[in-house]
Amino acid sequence: MTPRPDASARRAIRGASGSAAGLEAVLPRPGAARPALLGRLLEDERSLAYLLLTPTIVLLALFIAYPFVLGVWLSVSSATVGVAGHFVGLKNFDKAWNDSIFRTAAFNTFLYTGVTTVFKLALGIWLAVLLNRHFRGKRLIRAFVLLPFIIPTVLSTFAWKWMYDPTFSVINWGLWKLDLITTRVNWLGDPYLSLISVMIVNVWRGVPFFAISLLAGLQTISPELHEAAAIDGANAWQRFWRVTWPLLLPVTMVVVLFSVIQTFADFQLVYVLTGGGPANATHLFATYAYQIGVGTGLLSEGAAISLAMFPVLFLVVVLQLWYIRRVETR
Amino acid sequence: MIEGARWQRWLYFYCPLSVFVLGLLFPFYWMLVTTFRPDGELYRPWNRANYTPFWTTNPTLEHIYYLFRETLFSTWLWNTMFIAIVSTLISVFCGLLAGYALARLRFRLAGGLGTSIFVTYLVPPTLLFIPLADVIRTFRLADTPWALILTYPTFLIPFCTWLLMGYFKTIPKELEECARIDGASRIQAMLKIIFPIATPGILSAGIFAFTLSWNEFIYALVFINTPHQKTVPVGVVSELIRGDVFFWGPLMAGALLGSIPVAMIYSFFVEHYVAGLTGSVKG
Repeated sequence: MTPRPDASARRAIRGASGSAAGLEAVLPRPGAARPALLGRLLEDERSLAYLLLTPTIVLLALFIAYPFVLGVWLSVSSATVGVAGHFVGLKNFDKAWNDSIFRTAAFNTFLYTGVTTVFKLALGIWLAVLLNRHFRGKRLIRAFVLLPFIIPTVLSTFAWKWMYDPTFSVINWGLWKLDLITTRVNWLGDPYLSLISVMIVNVWRGVPFFAISLLAGLQTISPELHEAAAIDGANAWQRFWRVTWPLLLPVTMVVVLFSVIQTFADFQLVYVLTGGGPANATHLFATYAYQIGVGTGLLSEGAAISLAMFPVLFLVVVLQLWYIRRVETR
Repeated sequence: MIEGARWQRWLYFYCPLSVFVLGLLFPFYWMLVTTFRPDGELYRPWNRANYTPFWTTNPTLEHIYYLFRETLFSTWLWNTMFIAIVSTLISVFCGLLAGYALARLRFRLAGGLGTSIFVTYLVPPTLLFIPLADVIRTFRLADTPWALILTYPTFLIPFCTWLLMGYFKTIPKELEECARIDGASRIQAMLKIIFPIATPGILSAGIFAFTLSWNEFIYALVFINTPHQKTVPVGVVSELIRGDVFFWGPLMAGALLGSIPVAMIYSFFVEHYVAGLTGSVKG
């Protein structure tokens, strides 16, 4: 943009002369100086920028920055509901570290994030490639496919909980009819199976997001590249790995990192499906923090458990920022 | 574009696509069937001969009646609607101004502020809900809709800002400069030239923010305790389950009816929603 000091200068001069005229005439327009000042402020790039950013900064400072600082304080204090507490150092973290449920929750969170991300990515790319073809009803199908992502998670998760019900499960019925099982599968009640059941729901909810985001990436890839590769004798599999995949990588990275953050900090699925059970086998950081911080009222320990997510989240955010910068400057 | 023999088309295209679509939509179908199924038919074990999973011969509205007569479902719907609309308006307003400032104006802290807003965009609500509950109590907002109206923007504003920033960057600067040469002030150029052009972006941000706030759960769960003040997701979770007893009929009816407002808005603005979704990760 070309700097145009003349315009603002002209305006400033006009404003100044206007108020000077007001001074000479004294009485007619005593308040004229103020709109001129406001006008000058709004015309100045910097002051306008800060003015426009004020509401955002105030809200984010009050409800993100301040709670974050407070959370750090809580995690090193002995506060409970209604009791302010005092500084106790790293005691809460030490306690969490020696708590077997916390360790299970930590292990679960990493496993949950890792496994579901792999499946969401693989199935998401597959669905995106399918949707990238031309067929009748494409727009309709695409709209329907995104439904699991837009319908409130808690509500759709209840449908899953009902489908997983040990006595009335439609999934069991299906598997039984297909002769795959003879006795019931206790999807959420079995400590080994329950985390897998939760993962299935997470993948179900996440695949549409991956597919639609990656589809947007696919649509930017010119079909001529594929035709050229096909003429050179590449088969469909080779065309995917040598042409599509490298070009899709930037979008994929951003989508994956974004999804990792959401999955790592997931709460709703476990809260609704298992509540962390059976026997605390399916807790994640967030649900365990909720159980301790809100359920039991041990604010400081709960805050410490949810802050335990911070290092990993921080790392992913830094990675994402770094990656976006790299892509932008390339 | 679909080449190859017929069997290949079926094997590589129609079959997998159908499996995807069926798998993704089946839970919603299950919600629908359960909503209209009478209790007597609902509670039949899966390995009984008379288990009829996919249809019902005696559809009933009893679960929906129960939902509206015996529970506060209509209040929750209204609460959720009110909270989602107000917090969306606040967020789009703030995001619009902030996005414009970050995309168009040059000032010293632009880079730093842009990055910090992006970082807050990535902060998941589960990281902060415990101290935030404390802040809400301090401000005496607990158990009021304002607890949610003021905290939802924390994840909506960064998203709106980010999305609209990307949108503003695609609008040529010349448009604004022409207006300024013709004597418009900065504010006038912003309000009368840039914002109208950005309407599709504003709509995308609004639709997406609305669905996000309709979906939000943990803040509503922690900050609201009175049944009258609850939102649909929290009300359904906490009020339709008595101890260990799940009322599956009303639960599914609640899930279905609680999804309809979002689904309707979504169906009207699919393209805008998709633009918002892809814009939100692309930046």
